[in-house]
Amino acid sequence: MTIDRRVFLAAMGAAGAGALAQRAAFAQPKGEPIRIGGTLALTGPLAATALVHKLTGEIYLEDLNKRGGLLGRPVEWVLKDDQSKPDVARTLYEQLITSDKVDLLIGPYATGNILSAMGVAQRYGKMLVHHTFGIPKLAKYDRQFSSWSFGPTPEVSTPNLVIDALASTPHLPKTVAIVTSKFPSVHFVSVGAREVFKKRGIKEVLFLEWDFGNRDFGPIAGRIKEAKPDFLWVGALGLEGNQLIDAMKKIDYAPRNQFYHYPAPGPMLRAPEANNALSVTIFESHPPFTDNPIAAKFVKTFAERAAKANLPDTAVDTQAAASFSAWQIIEAAVTANKSLDDKKLADWLRANKVDTIQGKLRFNGPGNFGDDLSRVKQVQDGKWLVVWPTDWAAPGAKIRVS
Amino acid sequence: MNLPSSTLLAQSILAGIFTGALYGLLGLGLSLSWGMLRQINLAHFALAFLGAYLTYQFSTSGGVDPLLTLLMIIPAFFVVGLAVHWVLTRFKITPFNSLLVTFGLTIIIEAVLQWIWTADYRRLESTYAEHKLQIATVYLPVPELITLGLGLGISLIAWQVLRRSDIGKAIRAAAEDAPIAAAFGINQQALGLLLSGINASLAGIAGVCIALSYTLAPSQIYSWIGVVFACVMLGGLGRPMGPIVAGFVIGISEAITMAVASPSWAPLVSFSLLIIVLLARPERIQA
Repeated sequence: MTIDRRVFLAAMGAAGAGALAQRAAFAQPKGEPIRIGGTLALTGPLAATALVHKLTGEIYLEDLNKRGGLLGRPVEWVLKDDQSKPDVARTLYEQLITSDKVDLLIGPYATGNILSAMGVAQRYGKMLVHHTFGIPKLAKYDRQFSSWSFGPTPEVSTPNLVIDALASTPHLPKTVAIVTSKFPSVHFVSVGAREVFKKRGIKEVLFLEWDFGNRDFGPIAGRIKEAKPDFLWVGALGLEGNQLIDAMKKIDYAPRNQFYHYPAPGPMLRAPEANNALSVTIFESHPPFTDNPIAAKFVKTFAERAAKANLPDTAVDTQAAASFSAWQIIEAAVTANKSLDDKKLADWLRANKVDTIQGKLRFNGPGNFGDDLSRVKQVQDGKWLVVWPTDWAAPGAKIRVS
Repeated sequence: MNLPSSTLLAQSILAGIFTGALYGLLGLGLSLSWGMLRQINLAHFALAFLGAYLTYQFSTSGGVDPLLTLLMIIPAFFVVGLAVHWVLTRFKITPFNSLLVTFGLTIIIEAVLQWIWTADYRRLESTYAEHKLQIATVYLPVPELITLGLGLGISLIAWQVLRRSDIGKAIRAAAEDAPIAAAFGINQQALGLLLSGINASLAGIAGVCIALSYTLAPSQIYSWIGVVFACVMLGGLGRPMGPIVAGFVIGISEAITMAVASPSWAPLVSFSLLIIVLLARPERIQA
């Protein structure tokens, strides 16, 4: 199911205007703060993204408290460092519930840590809204909600979306090479992509897997070069995409068309060889996403704060948008129910849709996942631009495929 | 299974040699420290990454040629090595405890890296990365050639110094039997400081090579530990040519595995090799 962009923008515009108008009317929040507890991987191997989530949360709460907080009370974020370790995340969520006695929970990011937090939340019956959970089928707890709208079966919907984008050009590839990290969040999508490409009549000429943490991409690049695919699907996480691009450059090879599942967005932009590389996103910092006043304001504030925090990438994309949406989901549920009761909030979320900067989210599908609102983006002349579906494309941007 | 073409095979072997050279360069300081000083210095990896980040910083902000950063990094790291050795000997840290202490130091250095440069990925854009040589159908990237040259050159020099020079013989004597060496007038403390300083400088040199070829992130420190330890053990402790030869063996075996089978099998091959060698020749882990 897709959401019509004009309907979405009208709704978001109205919501934004409403929120702005309401702000003037809100009094300063009073009373005991509502405490929302969560962890982020502020240190350790996942820390590259933590600052994005931290800045987003701070921006959101600052604005929320200016707007009167929740239920007329100020909102406080009890944030702890899970050190990128699922076992530490589990201990800290236990602490947040039993010792800090927080009112609500917000998730960490990254699948392993979220899964740990989910187990604790389930034991205490707490609702958990989280940001970027990569394997929907593992989300078994009925009071957990993902703010990342990539649907319950991204292993089918993501490759189909990419092929739809390619099919909109006169250059639908005839052959594909699928190379993938064995990191769980990308591996199952790459494995699913094999089936989808086959069903769509695109011949697989190479399938390779490597262990996460692999350093030497030279031989992998060599095998891709020999396979000469029309399209290269890379199930890469973060740095791996750039490592493969570097390795291909060293043997003087540039794939005709290439897709990277979860690239490190900034470093990929800076690699000239990544020009025209495709990926997927739920949000980018350009119209029509920024036609929504809430999103536009967030994009502007985030860019300022990120620059001040010395972040190399100051644009809002999937991570920041999912993080912002998580706060929007909590706010919507609490405001609609005038309650902090976890059961009540979870029941409401499963029955209602929530407006977020990435679109209208629903939570009544398998694992509380809803529609796949992913869009295809492409590096074009040093910028990530959404190119598919066309009604979400950046102004003037068209997919470039050879 | 399709057999790879000769080009793919040749390119993969070259990739294995280049990677192996870096394994060897990283392993050299570790091997000398373990074999000669009885210190299992895990902080060697963190120092290498500190060197890589300093190279990145000097080159990116200061416009210094990455290779010229060696002129600053080598003496600075020598002093760091002296300090580490002084602490380890002052408190009479045992070999096993040196592993724990230097692991703690690694965590501290990682935190400092993250504090200064954040956990975001950093990539040194050097002119070297733009150049590669072509021989027939295979390519030789210049940064990797620099690493190979430095790795081989330094290993050969270390081998010759330890084998032929008076100071090298003194170091070996002190490592073999410190009391007897001392009876012959060898100042073990001074030699230990010297060797530790050199080892830290070697970590700095490896760091420059890492910065030339790899994208940097503080957490990457740990991804090198397993395979470099394997090189050190395969090569034999305290043997200067050991790590680089073992690095070539592991690098090439991993690269060929990636070229002919699944890349995910590559670590299995290298660590299986290690187990076989250790079972066949357990004396490899004795200095």
